[in-house]
Amino acid sequence: MNRIVGTSVERVEDRALLRGQACFVDDISFPGLLHAAFVRSAEAHALIRTVDISAALDVPGVRAIWRMEDIAHHLSDPLLKVALPSPAFRQELHRPTLSDQEVVHVGEAIAVVIADSRYIAEDAAALVMVDYEPLPAVSDCKAALEADAPRAHSSQPHNLVAEFTMGYGDHETVFASAPHVFHEELWQHRGVAHSMECRGVVARHDRLEDIITLWSSTQTPHACKRVICDVLGLDEDKLRVVTPDVGGGFGPKLVFYPEEVILALAARELRAPVKWIEDRREHFVSTTQERDQLWDMQIAVDNDGKILGLRGLLVHDHGAYTARGVNVPYGSAAAITLPYIVPCFFLDIKLAVTNKVPVTPIRGAGQPQAVFAMERLMDRVARELKLTTDEVRRRNLVPPELIPYTTPLKTRGGMQVVLDSGDYPATQAAALEKADWAGFRARQAAARKEGRYLGIGLANYVEGTGRGPFEPVSVRIGENGRIHVASGAAAMGQSTKTMLAQVVAEQLGCDMSNITVVTGDTAAIDYGMGGFNSRQAVMAGASAHAAAKKVRAKALTVAAHMLDVGEQALEVEGRHVRLKGNDERKVGLGEIARALAGLPGYYVPGGLDPGLEATERVIINDMTYANGTAVVEVEVDPETGLVQLTHVTFAHDCGNVLNPQIVEGQIIGGMAHGIGNALYEWMGFDENAQPVTTTLAEYLLVSATEMPMKVDIVHLTSPTPLNELGIKGVGESGVIPMTAAVAAAVDDALAPFNVKITRVPITPPDLVSLIEKAAAP
Amino acid sequence: MSEPMREIEVTVNGKLHRASVPVRMTLSDCLRHEFGLTGTHVGCEHGVCGACTVLFDGHSARSCLMLAVQANGHEIETIEGLESAKGELSHLQAALRDHHGLQCGFCTPGMLTTLTELLRDNPSPTDSDVRIAISGNLCRCTGYEGIVAAALDAAQRIKDAGSRA
Repeated sequence: MNRIVGTSVERVEDRALLRGQACFVDDISFPGLLHAAFVRSAEAHALIRTVDISAALDVPGVRAIWRMEDIAHHLSDPLLKVALPSPAFRQELHRPTLSDQEVVHVGEAIAVVIADSRYIAEDAAALVMVDYEPLPAVSDCKAALEADAPRAHSSQPHNLVAEFTMGYGDHETVFASAPHVFHEELWQHRGVAHSMECRGVVARHDRLEDIITLWSSTQTPHACKRVICDVLGLDEDKLRVVTPDVGGGFGPKLVFYPEEVILALAARELRAPVKWIEDRREHFVSTTQERDQLWDMQIAVDNDGKILGLRGLLVHDHGAYTARGVNVPYGSAAAITLPYIVPCFFLDIKLAVTNKVPVTPIRGAGQPQAVFAMERLMDRVARELKLTTDEVRRRNLVPPELIPYTTPLKTRGGMQVVLDSGDYPATQAAALEKADWAGFRARQAAARKEGRYLGIGLANYVEGTGRGPFEPVSVRIGENGRIHVASGAAAMGQSTKTMLAQVVAEQLGCDMSNITVVTGDTAAIDYGMGGFNSRQAVMAGASAHAAAKKVRAKALTVAAHMLDVGEQALEVEGRHVRLKGNDERKVGLGEIARALAGLPGYYVPGGLDPGLEATERVIINDMTYANGTAVVEVEVDPETGLVQLTHVTFAHDCGNVLNPQIVEGQIIGGMAHGIGNALYEWMGFDENAQPVTTTLAEYLLVSATEMPMKVDIVHLTSPTPLNELGIKGVGESGVIPMTAAVAAAVDDALAPFNVKITRVPITPPDLVSLIEKAAAP
Repeated sequence: MSEPMREIEVTVNGKLHRASVPVRMTLSDCLRHEFGLTGTHVGCEHGVCGACTVLFDGHSARSCLMLAVQANGHEIETIEGLESAKGELSHLQAALRDHHGLQCGFCTPGMLTTLTELLRDNPSPTDSDVRIAISGNLCRCTGYEGIVAAALDAAQRIKDAGSRA
């Protein structure tokens, strides 16, 4: 029986954050700190003729201005080659550290100014004169693939950066003989992640030891260190990367950025600490985004609405460079079928280069788009066959008796996609019950009599979580009895330190206040993957659990020697090992640690390895699949296009719950992001690929007044067999079904107007125009 | 071109600070980098996100949209000034912790100052009052539900204790 795991213990992060004592990257300061500002491309596509820095160099307080030609001799490669491998690539489009020949999106870095203050650095950056020769730009991913489209990179013969197919079964035969085939063309948009803290880097070079320490607001400190060591040719003991408190990540901070290597170089070459803090406008044009996908899909069903096959084309906007890989559309393609039995599947996936900010995962990472596509098709099938939208899903959900269900699909790393746990029909049923789905038509009819338009919609998702192969955790008890936990996991606000402390405390005395957790520091642990893909509770949690159990076993063995009793008679309680239930006979964890530190010439107690510590790197290659159902009820004003969410019900199954309050916080936060994607968030570019939404007054994030009037969360618990704790990831779940469920609810509310939502975000002007179009004779 | 400077005196959280600052320096930069009070965060530098909100002579204000020189002779309260002299969290701070009203904590300084003002001026706010009060404070982590619950609970705690936020 657990005492700490599974409870809503107080977060270890909160006290510092609530008192203003936390340390984010911009809170770090040193005497003599210099400040960097970047000169960024004003053109979406252009050749660079010259970069004139002479006026900028005259600004008092400027210490250095670097272009590529000024730093190239320090770099092993001018390009940042960070892409995950894939045979799908047709073009290699790596980002340059600084651009010196051709710029391919507004915002890419051309030069850096380093000065005594940020104000001076920005003054001087504005005086750097870049002479551009503008080239035609491409801003639309569908248009980008047309034969006569302008090329996003002038060196390339076309804009198809990668293509691949995914599927199984004979779709030609299935679709030729199917009783019903329905077609939908669906456009989707994700936008910008917008962690409230932008990116930032501080670098300092210690001349005595010749070590660079780099603090970066990154989700992947170990990967960051590897890239900088490669690019600057550093031995790995000459660079330490530390993630301080991070003000939200949501995906883009997992990517390596040019600013990180440039700051490391600047600290060393200028012999001074240097800081760069991204401002919000830079965040709009230089931090990666997730953007348009076009899904041109067909679904084949029998007369009962059972799916026979699914096929189509996915065009994905890749942005201007490869900053991560083909992983976003791969994740989309590998997610679309999962909740349902789909006997045959074929998807043609094309990645289009455009002159826009590079695309990499944002919370949900391609899966919200896949769910939108699948669920819109399911709603279409229901409408055409005159079934209810819940019934058509019920007939197709993977039944619990088939779990674990081996799909024919593989992950990007080649592992089979096996739906390991969960009861999908029960999850849907739980959501419908909590939402009073059965009573909705009466509510709707009553409202309609008052001239109000209510609608309801639902969406199912199955999410791959816990991306492997491992995340190391070390647990060490010091000679004063304090427990030190270090992990390659990276905290970015999702309570990672609390999660690790809880898992370790469960085995080692249940005293949360006796545990110090270090995350995101390459000096604290050798290996690490970091934070993404709803993986850290699963992967680091598994390693923490294993390491804590090992340390516990060691402590009990030594304590048994010291107390001269059998190990079975002992327990760890607080900061001691004691005879079960007897606080008189006990030995401190610190004493045990001291005994295991050894004495010259004496045996180590128990014949054990020295040290009261263990490091575990539990390998879990297979992903564990969480699932859920969202039911959204809305009221729509057909005159203004305003969509008000009146009730959102979210039933989900993430296996065993480590901390209920944190899990609910993750879901509601994800939900808010999904509501933004459904109704508000639009990253606009004009036809020349100039960004047109570069402030938070133009790009709308959901605020407290846009949240649903009522939120209900229902937990189902199917522990996964893939890790000992039985947990599945949950950090991205809230976002995934929201666009689909909101679109279904808006369709339902506006059924009298025959409105069909095929794109998100659903903005009020779009909605009014759809209503007017439908009303036109 | 040399940077024009001004001497300023600002009372922050009851303590007098003196500094010589560039006239164009924002109040948020002054608080954070001149006075070392980094609890106030800067999220957008254009007055929308609300993370930098401080209490300026008792009224919530965006410190990124003010200049440090405008604060000369005025009183400011920031997140660092909310706990008691003994280091106890305020009712609002404790309620935010208890209702999981923060995750990454970056928006928290602005939420705390905005809601401290609300609870002072409106000791019995409704759910809607709280949402409207923080509609100028963006949070990307929590979905706001924990923050709203914390504010309502804090109002009750303050009443029960007969004290301030």
